Amino acid sequence: MKGLSVSKAVTALMLAGLVLLPLYSSLSGNIFILTLFTRIVILALAAASLNLIMGYGGMMSFGHAAYLGIGGYAVGILAQEGVGSGFVQFPVALAASALFALVIGALSLRTRGVYFIMITLAFAQMAYYVASGLARYGGDDGLTVYKRSDFYGLINLSDRVQFYYLCLACLLAVIFLIWRIVNSRFGLVVQGLRSNEQRMQAIGFPAKRYQLVCFVISGTMCGLAGALLANNTDFVSPAVMYWTRSGDLMVMVILGGMGTLFGPIMGAVVYLLLEEFLSQITEYWALIMGPLLLLIVLFGRGGIMGLLGRAGRG
Amino acid sequence: MLLVVEQFLNGLQFGLLLFLLAAGLTLVFGIMDLVNLAHGSLYMMGAYFAATFAAWTGSFVLGALMALGATLLLGIVLEVTALRHLYGRDHLDHVLATFGLILFFNEAVRLIWGPAGLALPLPAWLTVPVPILPGIHYPAYRLAIIVVALLVALLLYLGVMRTRIGMLIRAGASNREMIGALGINIKLLYTLVFGLGAALAGLAGLMQAPILTVQIGMGENILILAFVIIVIGGIGSIRGAFLAAIFVGMIDTLGRAFLPNLLRQVLSSTAASTAASALSSMLIYLLMAIVLVVRPEGLFPASRR
Repeated sequence: MKGLSVSKAVTALMLAGLVLLPLYSSLSGNIFILTLFTRIVILALAAASLNLIMGYGGMMSFGHAAYLGIGGYAVGILAQEGVGSGFVQFPVALAASALFALVIGALSLRTRGVYFIMITLAFAQMAYYVASGLARYGGDDGLTVYKRSDFYGLINLSDRVQFYYLCLACLLAVIFLIWRIVNSRFGLVVQGLRSNEQRMQAIGFPAKRYQLVCFVISGTMCGLAGALLANNTDFVSPAVMYWTRSGDLMVMVILGGMGTLFGPIMGAVVYLLLEEFLSQITEYWALIMGPLLLLIVLFGRGGIMGLLGRAGRG
Repeated sequence: MLLVVEQFLNGLQFGLLLFLLAAGLTLVFGIMDLVNLAHGSLYMMGAYFAATFAAWTGSFVLGALMALGATLLLGIVLEVTALRHLYGRDHLDHVLATFGLILFFNEAVRLIWGPAGLALPLPAWLTVPVPILPGIHYPAYRLAIIVVALLVALLLYLGVMRTRIGMLIRAGASNREMIGALGINIKLLYTLVFGLGAALAGLAGLMQAPILTVQIGMGENILILAFVIIVIGGIGSIRGAFLAAIFVGMIDTLGRAFLPNLLRQVLSSTAASTAASALSSMLIYLLMAIVLVVRPEGLFPASRR
């Protein structure tokens, strides 16, 4: 019980930090930290979406970066074609991601285990090559988004603080949604399928249909992250979908604590801050980061959330 | 006709190279149940070692042999220090840990050899074109790759299927405890298997080095190809890896060579060239998706599981 309270305290502290960050940024005049954390919040959103299927559903998608790209390209392509309205761009980004997830999920869910990891990877690589082949939209070089999504004065995405809060609001909304999902009857079935698919099927639940719906929800959430990411960098390129990026997302989820509500945020914050911190000390930051990941796997089961829980229990 | 034969041989050569990589991956995967994303890093290290040793000794063959030994050693060190502790853990743990190793190796290479790529020049006797059919010549080096890879494939097959060590390896794959109870040092056996896998990856890397530039991250693209192959072939099956590798090598090479012309028949030439480049890169992933949809366990699943 005491263990729970330690991880709760740290989580609350982290959330408070995220909410108050723009204040600190404007007081200290440190604009860079706001830019950095906008990126962290967006990728935390992507990691949270992956956690929904990986942590709660037991579906290890190794192609989640594809949705980052699809959401991003939806914004980029529409902007290029003169449709600047966020009210069009964002729904299209979500719908495109959902559709992709529906097709991929329907095919991938025929397999399981390592095969599932690999087939999701294969589909993401296909999306990567399709994007590389889009000569009209930059091909390999990527597509510059000259104008951020326009929400007609409701919110101005070019304003750093407003954009940061938009991203944070999206993240918290997604976390809330995931919380509602995993505690609903639907979510309990999905989690039941993770532990014992045969038994659930024997009781009479159409296993694949539940898993597919969960897969689509997750993909759609990640598409939202993609749309935000394109607005953040003013740029979208096939590199966003490359398989190592899917690996990054997986690392964030596992690092923070798979199957915990706030673990992915924790993981994204720690992973990206560590990357930033180490890269300031040395150009060869990955030399430290790599073995660090190995050590975390070897000695830190359950990620940071698990570690916090154990620390609390003493 | 000339082009077709040449591309066919290119496909075969690429496929055999992929087999070397996939064989190590599938051995480690099928026997130790370890998902090793860092396998591509061993491929890269093989290429870097070869380029360095060849420059030191001034001999390509000597450099290649030394690189082979070096990757074997590196694999053993890696298994003993890090990967040994991951057996029996969740596949996700493997993915995360070996992802960390990729970061480490890429950066270590950047630190030691610098960010620019290296070149591994071929000796003169390997660059001559060899007549294979009347009027058709093929580069000697690519022929050498085909011969070496076929030999290794044969040795591997005989080693695993016909020798005592191979028998122990196969037995260890199906029941680790039983083999340990019989008084076999399973730890040592696993270390050797991992070392062998590493050496195979290193061999693929050093043989590919003169054809491509030796550069950081060169293992990552090809690693995914190797995974595609073992998934198509059926995880843990050497025979499946062999057939799938040849198949994938052929499809990839022939697709790149002939798809643009094929598409030009039905599309405008600019549309055809963009579509062809995307489609030919996608071809093998498409193939894998189809195989998995039809046969979720791969084409030749290992019989013992």
